[in-house]
Amino acid sequence: MLHEMIQTFMSYLGQTVTPGQAGNQLWALIYVLIIFAGVSVAVICMNWIERKALAHFQIRLGPMRVGPHGLLQPFADALKLMLKEDIIPAEADAAVFWVAPLIGLIAAFTVYTVIPFGPSQAVSDMNIGILFMLGVSSLGVLGIVTAGWASNSHYPLMGALRSSAQMVSYEVAMGLAIVSAILMTSLNSNGADGTLSMIGIVQAQQQQGIWFLFKFFPLGLIAFVIFAIAMVAETNRSPFDLAEAESELTAGFHTEYSGLRWSLFMLAEYAAMIAVSSIAVTLWLGGWMRPFPNVLHAPVWEFIFSLFPGLTFGALAAIAFLGTARMPSHSFFRIQRVGLGIFAALLGLLALLLLLIAVAGRGNDASLAARFREGIDYVYWFVLKVAVFMYLFIWYRATWPRYRFDQLMRVGWKVLLPISLGVLILTAMVPLRRELWELFIQILTAIWETIRRIL
Amino acid sequence: MNDLKDKALPNLVQNLATSNLDLDAPDKPYLDSNELIINMGPQHPATHGVLRVILKLDGEKVLGTECVIGYLHRGVEKIAENRTYTMFNPYVDRMDYVAAVSNGLGYCQAVEKLLNVEAPPRANYIRVILTELNRIASHQLWLGTHALDIGAMTPLFYTFRDREEILKIFEKYCGARLTTHAFRIGGCQYETYAGFEKDVKNFLAFFPPKIDEYETLLTSNRIWLERTKNVGVISAKDAIALGVTGPVLRASGVKWDIRKALPYANYADFDFEIPVGENGDTYDRYLVRMIEMRQSLRIIEQAVNGIPEGPIMAKVPKVIKPAPGEIYHSIEAPKGELGYFIVSDGSTQPYRLRVRPPSFVNLQALDIMVRGMLVADVVAVIGTLDIVLGEVDR
Amino acid sequence: MTPVATPFFFYMLAGAAILSAMLVITRRNAVHSALSLIVTLLSVAGLYLMLYAPFVAGVQIIVYAGGIMVLFLFVIMLVNIERVSKERQFNRIWPVGLVASCALLALFLSAFRKGKDLLPNRVGDLPEASNTQEVAKLLYGEVVKTLQLPSGQYVMGQYTFAFEIASLLLLVAILGAVIMTKKKI
Repeated sequence: MLHEMIQTFMSYLGQTVTPGQAGNQLWALIYVLIIFAGVSVAVICMNWIERKALAHFQIRLGPMRVGPHGLLQPFADALKLMLKEDIIPAEADAAVFWVAPLIGLIAAFTVYTVIPFGPSQAVSDMNIGILFMLGVSSLGVLGIVTAGWASNSHYPLMGALRSSAQMVSYEVAMGLAIVSAILMTSLNSNGADGTLSMIGIVQAQQQQGIWFLFKFFPLGLIAFVIFAIAMVAETNRSPFDLAEAESELTAGFHTEYSGLRWSLFMLAEYAAMIAVSSIAVTLWLGGWMRPFPNVLHAPVWEFIFSLFPGLTFGALAAIAFLGTARMPSHSFFRIQRVGLGIFAALLGLLALLLLLIAVAGRGNDASLAARFREGIDYVYWFVLKVAVFMYLFIWYRATWPRYRFDQLMRVGWKVLLPISLGVLILTAMVPLRRELWELFIQILTAIWETIRRIL
Repeated sequence: MNDLKDKALPNLVQNLATSNLDLDAPDKPYLDSNELIINMGPQHPATHGVLRVILKLDGEKVLGTECVIGYLHRGVEKIAENRTYTMFNPYVDRMDYVAAVSNGLGYCQAVEKLLNVEAPPRANYIRVILTELNRIASHQLWLGTHALDIGAMTPLFYTFRDREEILKIFEKYCGARLTTHAFRIGGCQYETYAGFEKDVKNFLAFFPPKIDEYETLLTSNRIWLERTKNVGVISAKDAIALGVTGPVLRASGVKWDIRKALPYANYADFDFEIPVGENGDTYDRYLVRMIEMRQSLRIIEQAVNGIPEGPIMAKVPKVIKPAPGEIYHSIEAPKGELGYFIVSDGSTQPYRLRVRPPSFVNLQALDIMVRGMLVADVVAVIGTLDIVLGEVDR
Repeated sequence: MTPVATPFFFYMLAGAAILSAMLVITRRNAVHSALSLIVTLLSVAGLYLMLYAPFVAGVQIIVYAGGIMVLFLFVIMLVNIERVSKERQFNRIWPVGLVASCALLALFLSAFRKGKDLLPNRVGDLPEASNTQEVAKLLYGEVVKTLQLPSGQYVMGQYTFAFEIASLLLLVAILGAVIMTKKKI
């Protein structure tokens, strides 16, 4: 029985297609659970990083007491929120009040079905992957609208409607930027057609040998920048967070929510942030591909780049060890010191394990270690790029003031939309530039002929 | 029951008709269907104290405002009538608690004027140094909270960190950081402590890069510009008509600073400039205050390099009993013209002490400044007026 | 993509669609009706997916559930409908409605029984890409790799003209809505 289970497990590891394509429900379910757990862990990490990074930007330390260097703070927050009294306003619509955070959460998490962590590491590589993502993100707006309405109070309703108007406006620019990236997928040199599937987009970048960020420079870059701005507005983060800011008059759609319901909103917000960052990474930054796959393609470079996951965790472990060493040796700090030391040791073990896999699986054969290594590398590069975006989100929040609502809408409609339209048209024209040039010459000669005949 | 309702309604109608909110149509006591009266209550993260602002909105646009103040009224002026002049000195700090040293300076100078004594030059130099340091501290607090209201949360921490240096100097000098009670009638009580000049000179070297840091974050930031340019504009004519003073007046283009116009406390010895704005919008007020901080550094540098030797206290009788009469003396506090009008009837306690707080008069300009603006700008304009409710309500 | 557990998903989606459709028309609260309509639309999108029409499913979610229903909700929330919800929910001529819907049901049943042979037994194994490309072909015509002008023919799809006219109509509607509601802000 155990032997059979291990056999099945091994056979799954060798798959080159996603569980959706293979039609395998069990494996798809396992992927879903892994993703769910991963996203939850990511949100918890994100909470800690946001508080610490914001604090360091503001020359303070952030959480330091709950766990060594505040590492257990997110758990304490989650625990506190779960234990809070569940208050539903008397006049509020209980059913809709209850369902509103769930809508946002479902919309945020369903997006992860199509996010590609590797060439076969996605729950389901839908043929309409990017369309699906756009659609489901637009369902998140419904969560906010219903949350504001269910509170049965004037200010949350206005905040919710403003927030949703903002999200809907920036979806337009987002969609146009996405379309210009999709256009680039149709330019494969092996004649393959353009595709909407997420894995297909990264494979198109792989095939064309260039990240779409740099393609048709600067068109890819401008499309990426437009998407980067629109995605910040889409997730209601600074500098577009007027609808949920504390010092504004309208107090935001989640005013009446407390305890676990409020934490569901925050979970949905962070999950949406990770989801849109994943879209940006997949479309423009090459998804799971490591940097410089063309220039540095020698096997030794493959090996060096495959050491990166282990080295990253090794660096984190070293930082944690350093923190342990620098902690005051007072008896009050003993438990924190021990805790941080254990954490550092765990990170170090993980680093060693990753290095072992990288060394054992070097070379491109189909052995188990090699497949493990490849899978880990794909996931690592993808998550690293998404982590860069997460850090950027926090950086924006620390640095910039927030836009007024009408300025926000003006930026969305009068600045981003025309630029993205222009980029789209130019991106469509660039591959056909030779034909368009010939067309232009033909038109000119035709005009010249007619003028000559008239005269 | 019905007669109760009838009694209630006419008063309401009357109040609405004569209140500030209906300047456009005084004979229209009821609201249009689009209009909304919103209360920005005394408890609000952005009103810098307990200020209540009633807004009349047409959708997002502000049609009129009415400020309801008095939530921090402590009866300071009435208390003054029952305290001797020396006893009243600590009370003055509590009005504008952010710039307590300036309050003390104004009061002491007013009573000195009433007594017809002059503080010795050394005392004046010490007073100028501390007052200008307090001006910088007040402007730093203003900058942090104003930026926070508009959404930039980081400058708050930077300004508060740098403000600590000034507060350390105050603490070493007179023992208190906030409500300093630094001066006495006739001069200063405390001699400068050993290392005072070194501390001040260290601060002079420490601070200019910090102003540059604040400016890097905000001055050419596109979002800051969009939130502050052409927001809360007040023309020079309106400003003068309302009695607005301080950086608000100077940003509207009027070059009026009491330190230059009617110099007091040896300010005429120092060489500094008065920044003047052009448009009278929030951005100009921001720039004016940033430049004022730099000019204050200039003044402090000149003062600390040239403190004369001598006594720090003038010859003032132990029991202060000024001759009957009245004076008005005003100084340039960080927020504007801070004036003291003291009527003495010959006894040890003033007959009437009236404080002209700059924030109280500046707050009246709020209505004009936010007409036609959006709701989100009200918060920015309240911040740019730099009001302290302790001063407004006394 | 090989179909998986087709009967289960079909009955689940169809049941959800029917149940939420019934909720739409029976709820007193307009927001509840709108939310139930969203569930109906999403179930129908799932049914489209099962019919090998992924593009239509995606567009259904984006346009219908994510755009039009959000607008519905905006209107419902901004307009004061409390007065309306206290009125009579069902009008007095409901027997006529019952007879009409029974007649419609009889029509459907007879059409299904008479025309059963016209419907195929199972949907063929269409490759997934076909739906997106079929739709593109209908709207934009065959992919023309090189432009031939001035004498070459530009191949239009079957519905290109209708597509363009519809988008023009939408543009006019947008402009009309903006002009009618524009305030001085």
